[in-house]
Amino acid sequence: MTKRPIHRRFPIHIVVFLSPAVLIYSLFMIYPLLDSLRLSFFTTLPDNSETFAGFQNYILLFTDSNYAPRFWGALKNNVIFFLVHMLVQNPIGLLLASLLASGGRGRKFYRTILFMPTVLSVVIIGFIWNLILSPLWGVTEGLLKLVGLERLFQPWLGIESTALVTISLISVWQFVGIPMVLFYAALIGIPEELIEAARVDGASGWHIFWHIKFPLILPTVGIVGILTFVGNFNAFDLIYTIKGALAGPNFATDIMGTLFYRTFFGQQLQLGNPTMGATVAAMMFLIILSGVLAYMVFWQRRVQTVEM
Amino acid sequence: MKKNIMLGLLLAFALLLTSCAQATPAEPPAAGVTQPPAAEATQPPAAEATQPPAAEEEQVTLIIESWRNDDLPIWQDVIIPAFEKRYPNIKVVFSPTAPAEYNGVLNSKLEAGTAGDLITCRPFDASLKLYEKGYLAPLNDLPGMENFTDFAKTAWSTDDLSVTFCVPMASVIHGFFYNKEAFDKLGLQEPTTWDEFYQVLDAIKADGTYSPLVMGTADMWESATMGFQNIGPNYWKGEEGRIALIKGQAKFTDEPYIKTWQQLARWRDYLVSGFEAVKYPDAQALFTLGKGAIYPTGSWEIALFEKQATFPLGIFKPPVEKVGDQCYISDHVDIALGMNAATKHPEAARTFLSWVASAEFAELYGNALPGFFPLHSTPVELTNELAKEFVSWRNECKSTIRNSYHILSRGEPNLENELWRVTALVVNGTITPEQAAQEIQAGLDKWYKPQQ
Repeated sequence: MTKRPIHRRFPIHIVVFLSPAVLIYSLFMIYPLLDSLRLSFFTTLPDNSETFAGFQNYILLFTDSNYAPRFWGALKNNVIFFLVHMLVQNPIGLLLASLLASGGRGRKFYRTILFMPTVLSVVIIGFIWNLILSPLWGVTEGLLKLVGLERLFQPWLGIESTALVTISLISVWQFVGIPMVLFYAALIGIPEELIEAARVDGASGWHIFWHIKFPLILPTVGIVGILTFVGNFNAFDLIYTIKGALAGPNFATDIMGTLFYRTFFGQQLQLGNPTMGATVAAMMFLIILSGVLAYMVFWQRRVQTVEM
Repeated sequence: MKKNIMLGLLLAFALLLTSCAQATPAEPPAAGVTQPPAAEATQPPAAEATQPPAAEEEQVTLIIESWRNDDLPIWQDVIIPAFEKRYPNIKVVFSPTAPAEYNGVLNSKLEAGTAGDLITCRPFDASLKLYEKGYLAPLNDLPGMENFTDFAKTAWSTDDLSVTFCVPMASVIHGFFYNKEAFDKLGLQEPTTWDEFYQVLDAIKADGTYSPLVMGTADMWESATMGFQNIGPNYWKGEEGRIALIKGQAKFTDEPYIKTWQQLARWRDYLVSGFEAVKYPDAQALFTLGKGAIYPTGSWEIALFEKQATFPLGIFKPPVEKVGDQCYISDHVDIALGMNAATKHPEAARTFLSWVASAEFAELYGNALPGFFPLHSTPVELTNELAKEFVSWRNECKSTIRNSYHILSRGEPNLENELWRVTALVVNGTITPEQAAQEIQAGLDKWYKPQQ
């Protein structure tokens, strides 16, 4: 123990331990990402060769009368998709988590049931909800009739003004389990003494939640927010399953993921355009990156001080 | 000692990495090796294709890429066994993808070099692009190619008709299916004019037992394909109008197109409530369950409808304005088979394609898949009654193809996608026929400069 060498040996074990992950991530994540970014600065000539085009694809995407409405439309729809998740999914997740954390019988049962849609395949979710909401065979109209509200029934998935919100709510239904479990884990981690002390001081349940529990789970609120953000701006599958790549009616459900898919892989008679597709993908990457950076700078640093 | 083990581990990793890295550059040469046979194909007939001995040397397996997943049983049980009986050394595997995903999946597979040996060809530009990119081999000298007329080959040839790259297999004809039981019960006749068409619809609506017209707009393509392309040719006079569009002599804002959209807008009152969210399989099920009376679609539904419907089926042509007007039908060349230029078994693939070009295949295919009409120049004896009736329309009406398929869907915004979008909106009542026409023409004007 006393005979420590002055010169530290090169910590070769660190290299060995790091290399598998570094290699795999570089090969399958970082290299494709960089190559995709590279591709967005190229354009394909008629003879199938690629030439450097600078920012031409980006200029097209933002200003061309064909691409720009699709891009801004998809971005707007994606923001709505995200807002519905933030305003509906996460509050409901928090509510369910605090109900579960407050104890009571059947807690484990409900926890499992509520989490179950999350592990189902998106294709199944899409199929089930298509059937539930179907104007031909769906149960929705019948259920509304039972309470005398059948006038409210509409083919929501097919109407321009309601389709996006309907699909967002289906997605909320599917993924509400994730914020719920995260909030639940945070809530049951709060030391019991704090709550007991508050109770002794005469605080109500409402007070305890908003002044003790909520500040203590703020880091989790941030994590849930950023997970929702990343997930929503990467979303594609549910809309593709329900509405197809053309994201109808009239692109009302078109989000960044479906725009990317259509541009990159093509649709019916439209051939795929890999370089424009890469440009859309690069924009998705930039949006997500800026969101994550904003979270790290403005949220994570601040809540660090609140954390115990 | 420990250090040595670590170094050894590192070395192993390095080796693994280099071997991985080597695997990728090894691919292009492999593709290069297969190039010569494909190039040979353009040269005078080598005759090796028709000689079974070439194939006898060893068992080869050919994979067919297709979007016709509904046809899987027919290929497996009827078509492929008939071929394998004749050429026992060639095994054929039919490997379909879902129709909506086919083009995208196929493009990616071709780019990655993992596509099958035989490629089912979409008509016109989608396949032409594949040929231009070098993914489809030219087939001009394929024995059997002489069995097809130029009309049949147009969809799979270069614009100047100098190179053909797919063997035409079949066309589909648009029309209206109806529930004969419903028509008999209500004492209705097949309509021939638009006035009669709406009288029939009104009568069905008044009776209330059946949904008069079965169609949904959720998938959008039905409005465009089974609506617009189905009834439109009577207005734009088939090929005449289609070619005028390509030459720039006609515009989508012209009367024939507006009238077509106006008819579709009238359909709204006869569709099932909530049609905005009704998808294609829903509409099919509604009709075959006997809950609908008239279903605008095409001949490709024959097999499925005959299997599922418990009532007798009838068909009628797209209505015309006045009795005695020349009728036009959408007789859309729809499906062909080509060869992947990078196939490892070009001889076997050509053998199969030659067989596909034969009268034997045409008869087998036309009868195994009623509603897909062979394009072979020798008339094929069809046994299915509905298929016979569809094909009989060719005698009285002039055939045309969907006007968005040839040349006009080459640019962006894509005409076909736009037609899906605006036609669904017209049926939904979100936009007027005039607005639809303007949007379509503006989209086309953006990139299409017709050479007069």
